[in-house]
Amino acid sequence: MTSDETTAAFGAEHVAGYNFAYLDEQTKRMIRRAILKAIAIPGYQVPFGSREMPLPYGWGTGGIQVTASVIGPDDVLKVIDQGADDTTNAVSIRAFFAKTTGVATTERTAEATLIQTRHRIPETPLREGQVLIYQVPIPEPLRWLEPRESETRKMHALAEYGVMQVSLYEDIARYGRIAKAYNYPVRVHARYITSPSPIPKFDNPKMDRNPAIQLFGAGRERRIYAIPPYTAVESLDFDDYPFTVEQWPESCALCGATDSFLDEIVTNDKGGRMFICSDTDYCAGRRAENGEETAA
Amino acid sequence: MTLATTGAIGSAFADPVLDAQRTFRVALEALARPGRLVESPSLNEAGWTIGPAAASLCLSLVDHDTPVWLDAAAADAAAALRFHCGCPIVTDAGAAQFAVIGDGTALGPLIRFTVGTDAYPDRSATLIVEVGELREGGPLRLRGPGIETEHRLTVEGLPDGFWRAWRENVDRFPEGVDMFLTCGARLCGLPRTTIVEG
Amino acid sequence: MYVAVKGGERAIENAHRLLAEERRGDPAVPELTLAQIDQQLAHAVDRVMTEGSLYDRELAALAVKQARGDLIEAIFLLRAYRTTLPRFGASEPVDTGEMVVRRRISATFKDIPGGQVLGPTFDYTHRLLDFTLAAEGAPVAAAEEAEQSVAAMPRVTDILGRDGLFEAETAEDDAPVGDVTRDPLEFPADRDLRLQVLARGDEGFLLALGYSTQRGYGNNHPFAGEIRLGEVDVEFVPEELGFPVELGEVTVTECQMVNQFKGSATMPPQFTRGYGLTFGHCERKAMSMALVDRALRARELGEEAAAPAQDEEFVLAHADNVQATGFVEHLKLPHYVDFQAELVMVRAMRDAAEQDNSRKVAAE
Repeated sequence: MTSDETTAAFGAEHVAGYNFAYLDEQTKRMIRRAILKAIAIPGYQVPFGSREMPLPYGWGTGGIQVTASVIGPDDVLKVIDQGADDTTNAVSIRAFFAKTTGVATTERTAEATLIQTRHRIPETPLREGQVLIYQVPIPEPLRWLEPRESETRKMHALAEYGVMQVSLYEDIARYGRIAKAYNYPVRVHARYITSPSPIPKFDNPKMDRNPAIQLFGAGRERRIYAIPPYTAVESLDFDDYPFTVEQWPESCALCGATDSFLDEIVTNDKGGRMFICSDTDYCAGRRAENGEETAA
Repeated sequence: MTLATTGAIGSAFADPVLDAQRTFRVALEALARPGRLVESPSLNEAGWTIGPAAASLCLSLVDHDTPVWLDAAAADAAAALRFHCGCPIVTDAGAAQFAVIGDGTALGPLIRFTVGTDAYPDRSATLIVEVGELREGGPLRLRGPGIETEHRLTVEGLPDGFWRAWRENVDRFPEGVDMFLTCGARLCGLPRTTIVEG
Repeated sequence: MYVAVKGGERAIENAHRLLAEERRGDPAVPELTLAQIDQQLAHAVDRVMTEGSLYDRELAALAVKQARGDLIEAIFLLRAYRTTLPRFGASEPVDTGEMVVRRRISATFKDIPGGQVLGPTFDYTHRLLDFTLAAEGAPVAAAEEAEQSVAAMPRVTDILGRDGLFEAETAEDDAPVGDVTRDPLEFPADRDLRLQVLARGDEGFLLALGYSTQRGYGNNHPFAGEIRLGEVDVEFVPEELGFPVELGEVTVTECQMVNQFKGSATMPPQFTRGYGLTFGHCERKAMSMALVDRALRARELGEEAAAPAQDEEFVLAHADNVQATGFVEHLKLPHYVDFQAELVMVRAMRDAAEQDNSRKVAAE
């Protein structure tokens, strides 16, 4: 008998019949071991025994399993999808953890200890003591160049990344630029080429030497990887074609921000459009600040 | 299950689910911020023949999927580990996924432990090493992922020439072993990426 | 002020209520019972158990009901339940040679010991809609009791094997079988893992792949050596007892395809096996599985492996319909950040192209 077969007593906050954070303790241990190895080998994809979750594959099962293995009663959880806390999938995942753990949730980036995200890194700089957990659909950055796992594993083993360099160079020859707008490959700790998950390349620089712990979970593809704090994360480029990020001629129509990633909202069928921050917390925070200033 | 030895064995976590989670978070912080000292959650030490931090790490990370190797100083913990974790105790250090070294001064060559392969560098051992002294600040200068600039540390109770062997471990990256240094209830992490000088 | 798709929480709650309402349909129509689904939609239950990897007719019937007849959704429900169950170990291998047979046919021999038993099959029905079924409560004529003789039904492949014409396949040692629900697949994958993936795999996907092997994309020269349906005992050896105890019986369908093999440096010419096994009565799935299993043995048998059905990574990575449906359907989730990033880039590229053109025009 192992100790975890005893079910601990919990507060009344969360759902009966399931363990704290849904996963059984054996699964959590397996995932926790994978996370520790991922931290020790930055950017390397650790295979793990991903479980079938009560949410569909492709909808964040990897991120959910990582969060479930990390989360504790003292955590404050934030969940975002496309930068927003109130998109349906973010709401659904946040409700899942509220139900299975009873932990506090927040929309404020600064207040969160755990942030599960799909497709964005918050605009508010992260700090020590925070863990950012990415939902990853395809963890293998070489997958579109080589569909075979047996081949890509060899490439990573030998750090043989010529195929990626060639692909980026072909873009430059054809389009005059590296035509990747999101999921822009990075090299972590000067060794592994790693997928940042489908964040816009606008967010790539935030990964570099970030004080927070960055964990990546891919449930369907059964991989976990990590970027420890203060780790070099370099977006692939060439000396004569350096990496650049998106820029908008407009500022946020709600808060006036010029430094955030903007979503385009089509307002009518006559070409009308406006731009607003994709990070809803950042935008709300700026509006509150502006309001205070005006009031003062 | 029958116990191989008689006498008292250490007790499990008071709260198996939440104490395991707290210990894991401490371990994650430790490995993600090498050299920074952290305190393991409280554990009833009675009956344990290894330190509370080492015991807590085992209770939270080890189970029947992870073969464990024990040095002579930690050998008496076998019964407790088998009982609480259900882990196989192996005599071949190279077959272990976790190794508990009760006496850091007797830590043999690191190369005894499995370092993984170039295709699967994660299939490597994690060592939990009890040392005599573990202090922030001091002569050791740590650099690498998880460290903003440099972290200073004092460790006593490792064999002479250990840091040379550690350098070889670092140079083997991405293969290599990872360590937790424990001293009573305190611990710090030392992943294979951490360069230690001084 | 214009605000994009907001109020997710309320929208979700409402969607759940609507779904529950639609599931029940017109309250004037009597509600389905699980027993009705189990008994009258038995093939749906069989498929959900097979691809859901959980032998429990009642839970599978519940899943079919909850999923409103969407079988992939039902399989998903059952899998998500299964994953929460403790795993006590692996049963002893079931012995299909000892099956209490209800259906057993061979396409390779006209008569075989124990005979051909047609059993319950659609095979020779004329596919004419039976309007008497539309009227409720039509009585069913009782079938003649089949003569069942357990001992007298050796497997056709065993008969061939006695002459050395059929490959002998025995487990080489007592090595534990892998578990694809616990450990990530590695490639190349061993046969035990391949068969597990195929057993859990989508019937439609395997059907199409099996079909493709018959049309020249990796021909196996298959014969349906034997298909049998019936009940087998499941035994388990508890650690503390050290001897097997019977847990119960399950209904399974087994298909053994017999495939020509020209021989290699290490093996004489003989027939080789493609194997399919399912819970319940899933004959189409068992046959498709057997075809694909044989196709995936190309590498092991030294055959050229160029067709899709022979491509292990391709087949195993895409056979699971719970994974597939999740990832295909995740395209419904918002992707507007990525799309915005693409928009910005495409606009910039168009601007660059226009400037290029106008420069060229100016130069001319």
